[in-house]
Amino acid sequence: MEGLPILSLMMLVPMLSALVCLFSPAGLARMVALVATLVTFALGLILWSNYEIGGAQWQFTERAELFAGFSYALGIDGIALLLIMLSVFLMPICILASWEAITKRVGEYMAAFLFMEVLMIGTFAAQDIFLFYVFFEAGLIPMYLIIGVWGGDNRIYASYKFFLYTLIGSVLMLIAMFWMVAEAGTSDIPALMQYDFPAQAQTWLWLAFFASFAVKVPMWPLHTWLPDAHVQAPTAGSVILAGVLLKLGGYGFIRFSLPMFPEASAQFAWLVFALSMVAVVYTSLVALVQADMKKLIAYSSVAHMAIVTVGLFAFNVQGLEGAMIVMLSHGLVSGALFLCVGVIYDRLHTREIARYGGLAINMPYYALFFLLFTMASIGLPGTSGFVGEFLSLAGIYQTSTLVALVSTTGIILGAAYMLYLYRRVAFGEQKNADAAAMKDMTFREWAMMVPISAVVLWMGVYPESFLAPMRADIAALDARISVAAPPSDSNPLMGPPREHAANHIEHSASHKEGAH
Amino acid sequence: MDFAHSFALIAPELLLTGAGLALLMIAAFRGDASARLVSVLAAAALFGAGFMLVPGLHLGTDGPEVLAFGGLLQIDTFALFAKALIFLSAIAALMVAPAFFNSAAAGTERGLRAEYPILVIFACVGMSIMVSASDFMSLYLGLELNSLTAYVLAAILRRDLRSGEAGLKYFVLGALASGIILYGMSLLYGFTGSTTFSGVRAGLEGELELGALFGLIFVMAGLAFKISAVPFHMWTPDVYEGAPTPVTMFFATAPKVAGVAITARVVFEVFGGQVAAWQQIVMFAALASIVFGALGAIGQENLKRLLAYSSINNVGFILLGLAVANQAGASAMLVYLFIYVAMSVGSFVALLMLRDSDGALFETFADIRGLSLTQPAIAWALLLFMFSLAGIPPLLGFYSKFVIFQATVEAGLVAFGAIAIAASVIGAFYYIKFVKVMFFDEPADVVRGRSGMAHWVLLAITALIISPLGYLLTPSLTDLADKAAAALFMAV
Repeated sequence: MEGLPILSLMMLVPMLSALVCLFSPAGLARMVALVATLVTFALGLILWSNYEIGGAQWQFTERAELFAGFSYALGIDGIALLLIMLSVFLMPICILASWEAITKRVGEYMAAFLFMEVLMIGTFAAQDIFLFYVFFEAGLIPMYLIIGVWGGDNRIYASYKFFLYTLIGSVLMLIAMFWMVAEAGTSDIPALMQYDFPAQAQTWLWLAFFASFAVKVPMWPLHTWLPDAHVQAPTAGSVILAGVLLKLGGYGFIRFSLPMFPEASAQFAWLVFALSMVAVVYTSLVALVQADMKKLIAYSSVAHMAIVTVGLFAFNVQGLEGAMIVMLSHGLVSGALFLCVGVIYDRLHTREIARYGGLAINMPYYALFFLLFTMASIGLPGTSGFVGEFLSLAGIYQTSTLVALVSTTGIILGAAYMLYLYRRVAFGEQKNADAAAMKDMTFREWAMMVPISAVVLWMGVYPESFLAPMRADIAALDARISVAAPPSDSNPLMGPPREHAANHIEHSASHKEGAH
Repeated sequence: MDFAHSFALIAPELLLTGAGLALLMIAAFRGDASARLVSVLAAAALFGAGFMLVPGLHLGTDGPEVLAFGGLLQIDTFALFAKALIFLSAIAALMVAPAFFNSAAAGTERGLRAEYPILVIFACVGMSIMVSASDFMSLYLGLELNSLTAYVLAAILRRDLRSGEAGLKYFVLGALASGIILYGMSLLYGFTGSTTFSGVRAGLEGELELGALFGLIFVMAGLAFKISAVPFHMWTPDVYEGAPTPVTMFFATAPKVAGVAITARVVFEVFGGQVAAWQQIVMFAALASIVFGALGAIGQENLKRLLAYSSINNVGFILLGLAVANQAGASAMLVYLFIYVAMSVGSFVALLMLRDSDGALFETFADIRGLSLTQPAIAWALLLFMFSLAGIPPLLGFYSKFVIFQATVEAGLVAFGAIAIAASVIGAFYYIKFVKVMFFDEPADVVRGRSGMAHWVLLAITALIISPLGYLLTPSLTDLADKAAAALFMAV
């Protein structure tokens, strides 16, 4: 693979296909989009298999001085690798999800999605801070169109809200970037990650970046654009929004806020914790009373992303690893849940929970997948959700007992609203004749669900595959930020070691009872 | 004095003047039947004059040998850069005119008049003189030549009420502004004893006297009027809406470039020693233009009027580069100007393509509903221009804001930059309204007319420039702008 600019190639394939789709009739555009995303996914697999664990921190680097003011510099570490994999993995599934649901302006729709894929890969792979900004911000255009053109009834309000919220957040970050580059004399992200900004300035810079990432994550109280955008977007739009776009916020924290401003991050950790705690409890309660399935899942996303931010600002390895796994897991699980909603929405054209019921009777396979993803969302052991949430909460417990305590209620509330949703949709009586007459999943829908469930189980049973590539990067990040770690309020006292292990059994005693 | 040298320096202006006079003769003897020929020849003359600029732009011409006529004019790289943009915009304005004037869009006065290209040429001569002025006298000469032709151009549809109103408004308010500039110049002359830029600069050294300060403010106010910066912007929406659309396109580009260029020259070359005296004025004008340009546009239904507010908004960003008061800011400003011209030409050409089968133009939001279904090419091009004007990457409009704000922050004006960029989000609101109307609404399906080759070519070129491919232009563009900006500071 030496010399092959695989990252550029991964962006070039969807880019060119997007142009082709723009001028293609519906049927051809679908095929082109599917093939292009599958090819990109295959390239992604090559990327992963060639990624050298324990090798150089930045791999597959490319650099070209194409522009004035910033350079075209790409390169990935383990964190970026996994997020790129998440994006290219979800993309073909999104195309499949839109196969029949989208009937008008198919070419433009597919082009918007492929363009989105280019931008997502670019955002995670950019090694120049301004190049990152270009990719990060450019996502507004296709997403605005996806929500606005192919969205639901209230799509215009949702698209405006999405656009303006996100734009306001990011422009302040741009100003901060200019200041940083002027101060450090380089726009290279790896160099900036090592640069020690003055503590006074860090405060302002951190706030400017926070304005952007907190909207993207989204953190309470800046989350209000999310339920609107989710509800109005078409199914695949919701999948991408929940699966990848929300991760841009978390990625921003892990790539910029933490390593570049460690002192400010510690200083503002309380703010992040406070907002996250409110988000976990409040949005979970809100999710509990939703009558619209998509809205429920959207609110649950806010709650899950709050676990991510809690883990990130725990300032230890478990927290960071947990946050990354929650991001990956949430990307898969919430994406899959939106797909589940999409499957029945395509049949009945309503997202109202009350219109369904007893689907386990007429759609048993569907109910099975839905159950799996519901459990993964709750964080049942054996699914990806458990690994991430456990690590995050273990991480935050070392920093703050209180935050850990409050955040853990999110798991309980999560179980409440998800099981309640599942009960109303899949169990109980078949009170609506039209819902009872729905057919079970088609082959296309199987093809969407099976890969995601496989990965969810894989990540739940053997998370090492996903932790290994980023272990060194997380360790490097931890080394950089641990000096600034805020004081911990949980002080576990080290007692004298026990004589025996906790599960020690006296052998002699068991002998006496003897063999009956 | 070496006249031959001076004449060599102003060869492009001489060519244009000669061409203008010759074409006037053709027009006078052959009448409006020759309008098309005159247009083509005028465009050729502009192109030729522009071509003459290339060696100078490429190699950079600076130093004492650029002074012509004993220091009345200086043909430095800065002037060349501005002239190149002016000529290009003028060619675009000539290209779109025949289709407009020869169709129902021109109302009862159907038919391109031969005066139109000639007036454009003379306006360009005026602007050329203006941007290369190094004396208040030559500045005023160029300014007035440009303004007088512009008044006529605005009112060129004599029997159209809106056009006449636009011309009259432009004339009354423009004359007022010229008077203000003239009064400012006379004050400066009175307090420094000179009209040359270097002489006035030398006379202003040290403590600024109250009278001279008034002179400075009057000159700045007059120039602000010419570039329609807030608070001297009131004429812009009316004139832009009333004037025939090709003329509006011309007003939004060439005179804007000239006005901004001469403003930059005056503040750096004349008032360069008194930065403290004008920086606050420019900062205020910049912020106010950004905010009012954006707020004023929100309620507009008429697209031309909306673009007028958009141009006010853009002038705000350009002035931001000026407020930085250093070479990086000036260079950023020139990059912005180039991109602004491309975006404006593109948007106006797209508006000119919104015609019914008779050729009458549509100019309200209601008419472009659902345009993406009926006229996808125009709609997608407009989408690019609007997102670009809003400064959303990866379009080139982002790069123009990028350089401006980078210069602002690097000069230490962080809070100022942060406020300005936050205000720019207001502008995004109405730019994305364009996209909303064209892409999200049900089609009105009234735009049925076909457009000629000239429109498509211009639309394609400008769309290509502002598309992400335009970023490949940025190294050479920045290089040119840097050279041009350096020329401004060389005299200091």
